[in-house]
Amino acid sequence: MLGILGGTVIDPTNGITLQKKDIWIKDKKIVSAKDVDPTVAQTIDASGQIIMAGGVDIHSHIAGAKVNSGRKLCPEDSLRLLRPRTAISRSGSGLTVPSTHSTGYLYSEMGYTTVMEAAAAPLVVRHTHEELEDTPNLDKGIFITLGNNHFIMKCIRDNEFAKARDYVGWLMGAAKGYAIKIVNPGGVENWKYGKNVDSLDDKVIGFGVTPRQILTTLGRINCELKLPHPVHIHGLRLGQAGNVDITRETMELMDEFGAHFCHVQFMSYGGERGKMPTSASREIAETINKKDGITVDVGQIIFGPATTMTSDGPAQYGLHQRVGGKWVNDDLESESGGGIIPLTFKRNNPLHGTMWVTGLEVFLLVEDPWKVFLTTDHPNAGPFLGYPQVIRLLMDSKYREQEFEKLPASAKKNALLPDLKREYSLEEIAIITRSGTAKRLGLKNKGHLGLGADADITIYTPADNREKMFAHPSWVIKDGEPVVTDGQLVLEKQGKTLYVSPDYNSAIEKDIREHFKDFYTINFDNYPIDLEHLGPVEKILCG
Amino acid sequence: MSQVFENVVCKFCGCLCDDITVEVEDTHISKVKKACPNGRGMFLDYDSSYSKPFVDGKEASWDEAIAASVDILNKADSPLIYGLSSTSSEAQRKAVELADILGAVIDSTSSVCHFPTSLAFQAIGEVTCTLGEVKDRADLLIFWGCNPLVSHIRHFTRYSANAKGRYIKNGRKGRTVVVVDVRPTPTSKVADLFIQIKPGTDYEVLTSLRALVNGKELEKDVDGVATEDLEKLVDLMKGCNYGVASFGMGLTMSAGRQYNVGELFTLVVELNKFTRFSAMPMRGHGNVAGADQVLSWLSGYPTAVSFACGVPQIGPGEFTSVDMLANGAADAALILASNPGAHFPYAAAKQLNKIPTIYMAPAGDCKPESATVVLPTACYGIDAEGTAYRMDNVPIRLRSVLQKTRPTDEEILLQFIKAVEKC
Repeated sequence: MLGILGGTVIDPTNGITLQKKDIWIKDKKIVSAKDVDPTVAQTIDASGQIIMAGGVDIHSHIAGAKVNSGRKLCPEDSLRLLRPRTAISRSGSGLTVPSTHSTGYLYSEMGYTTVMEAAAAPLVVRHTHEELEDTPNLDKGIFITLGNNHFIMKCIRDNEFAKARDYVGWLMGAAKGYAIKIVNPGGVENWKYGKNVDSLDDKVIGFGVTPRQILTTLGRINCELKLPHPVHIHGLRLGQAGNVDITRETMELMDEFGAHFCHVQFMSYGGERGKMPTSASREIAETINKKDGITVDVGQIIFGPATTMTSDGPAQYGLHQRVGGKWVNDDLESESGGGIIPLTFKRNNPLHGTMWVTGLEVFLLVEDPWKVFLTTDHPNAGPFLGYPQVIRLLMDSKYREQEFEKLPASAKKNALLPDLKREYSLEEIAIITRSGTAKRLGLKNKGHLGLGADADITIYTPADNREKMFAHPSWVIKDGEPVVTDGQLVLEKQGKTLYVSPDYNSAIEKDIREHFKDFYTINFDNYPIDLEHLGPVEKILCG
Repeated sequence: MSQVFENVVCKFCGCLCDDITVEVEDTHISKVKKACPNGRGMFLDYDSSYSKPFVDGKEASWDEAIAASVDILNKADSPLIYGLSSTSSEAQRKAVELADILGAVIDSTSSVCHFPTSLAFQAIGEVTCTLGEVKDRADLLIFWGCNPLVSHIRHFTRYSANAKGRYIKNGRKGRTVVVVDVRPTPTSKVADLFIQIKPGTDYEVLTSLRALVNGKELEKDVDGVATEDLEKLVDLMKGCNYGVASFGMGLTMSAGRQYNVGELFTLVVELNKFTRFSAMPMRGHGNVAGADQVLSWLSGYPTAVSFACGVPQIGPGEFTSVDMLANGAADAALILASNPGAHFPYAAAKQLNKIPTIYMAPAGDCKPESATVVLPTACYGIDAEGTAYRMDNVPIRLRSVLQKTRPTDEEILLQFIKAVEKC
């Protein structure tokens, strides 16, 4: 039993803003004072401190095949941040692609308690689960990439919606995944022929279906299976000038099903095709503001090293043609693909400056903080360690101005940013880093401090320099146990893997078995992840 | 009592075939279907019976043997943990945890195998794919410095040359097979094109191919290989729909090592301007790909990792096991599911007789006379479950078909972790 006394609570989910309130914890949950014996409970004096729920990251690449290839690819990244072992923690290395234990510790020290792994192909999701077991102090979930899945594309081609739906129902349970992820639907398949997709109605080679069909089918499946999080979309033409049009078109298309668009900064450029991208933040914000079914996370650029990694194989091929250097590509049978390219975002690079401006403009132009979340698409736009810096940029318009001035003239020329004086409040920061993300993920017991919530709590010492404040919380509590005290990591513990297991018609298994014979080189019986193979888990209910 | 197990996974080699049928009579395997001779031997010869550990050549109790092992590890200033490639990823994870708390060096068998591939990977990256893509799409298969008909016996039928793929329905007839090697092999004999090169000239040949791909002309033959043959190969490469270049020790363990592999990787990158092309290392042991993965996710580096300074450090040529031993830098060794004495150069192997050593392997697999402690273990994939990674990095769960009577690597390593003094 634990009491956090005298702190100033910010809990937007429950309408609490800067109120002095005691928080009581028992058996890993937040309880009322009357459920606790105050004579026995340990207490933390939180007077003068700000209390929020633990951070909930809605999109980050922290574990699995792609991430690990990134680690192996970049020994230079290891040298950027070496973490010595201590009596209570393992050694580690890496800044943009930290080793697993280091990932858990770094997030924990930054006040985060839940992180969603943004993409895993089900063929290799066992690898993701293994790495997540070695990522301490966090609860996590896995988004399963389905946008280039052969079974689903077959069903669309043959007009068999029910089969596609039951297949996804089976697959989410078999993979122990959390949500449906869609990456460049159809484009990743076409890349296996050296091509891509460019519009919602291009044809996928070998299937004749379109990105539009893949998107709407998965959107509808998500609704029928009643998954807690809507479809999570990385759309077409990532990184290309003028791509804001197709992003808006896709948002209009998916609004009826509900959809979350990830790292929208990369998808919101104006400018002439093939030429220099410009910020189209106003256009994209207009759509986001209008469409009730759409949320986004930004994918804000952090100047410095990054490691781009995505299932979007053709996008990475394109990037490699432009920047050269090392490049990993991996084609995954019947499901997906991907590419990895290390990159450094430079303040004096006009394109990087424009990208940085775009992200901040999106934050400031989207009116409702419950619709726009803080990410860096770690490690694509920058490491998650950059979040506190983004918070400062959003809360402190003078600091933002200073940083803007450092950009090259061409990045500043048509920027809206200097005229956007809005400053995020602490409450809004809480929404975009935990309350809003947890709600959008359908995690009813996270992101807030109401009775029955998981006891994942972060305590911050207020400071004018908001970057310092959010980089080093004083206390972090995970499932009711302090893991960070006085700013120091004191405990390593295993978190849970959150997964869904929707109902489906088991008759589909016969079709899937047949499918495996021709489409896979692994047996149907060896493909699913059994619960007994996993560490601590929690099933999140559908519906 | 007879039992039949389907879809059993064979972990002998990097193919990780998962369609094996195993029949068990009481406590031994009586029949194996579909496995190649290597897999058959592994399953049929396996002895799951209880056997005691050995300390200083004499049978001992498990408590005595564990205590003797912990003592060796505690006393060592520079312990080396070597092997890993035939054990599960769960055990590999424990081995790395042990190395971290001991401040030890940890190194997998890739040290004498595909470590140069990892070094080339660090420099260039890699364009690759899973084996299903090879089966379904590859109309051009190049095997460079490797001999799959002998080393990966079912590769041709399950994944490559002879397989009927979804987009290559006529199997072998729809594919062109090219072998590049320094001498004729069973694999070269069935190739459509065999280019024989002189030993130690892979780099020159690869760079010449790159020159041709990039539109340059060769003025003369390359170390005895006719330019016409190289031009023919380049035409095949540029003209295919999806090419796959698989490679082995011919590149990684001949003069040039990681530079040979780097040149092949670069060639494959450049071919992707003309068509789709992938490279794939022929990983030997059943879970050496897993050792790479586990070490990378826990330390940031695939092998030859030292934890002696409290942070992970990679050291090709310094922390690689042959060098650790030959230079006298290791004063104790824990050998996991491996037999370095049989495979290492003499200067390194003889050192294993001089320092205290702990061998953990399925009984009968490895019991050198010089071993200080021998701990006979269960075998993942036969009498223990665990995860392994195929050569294309697809993770597959190994099944257990026999009752285990001996502890697993994981169980023993956990005991070590609990008992050793932290560095």
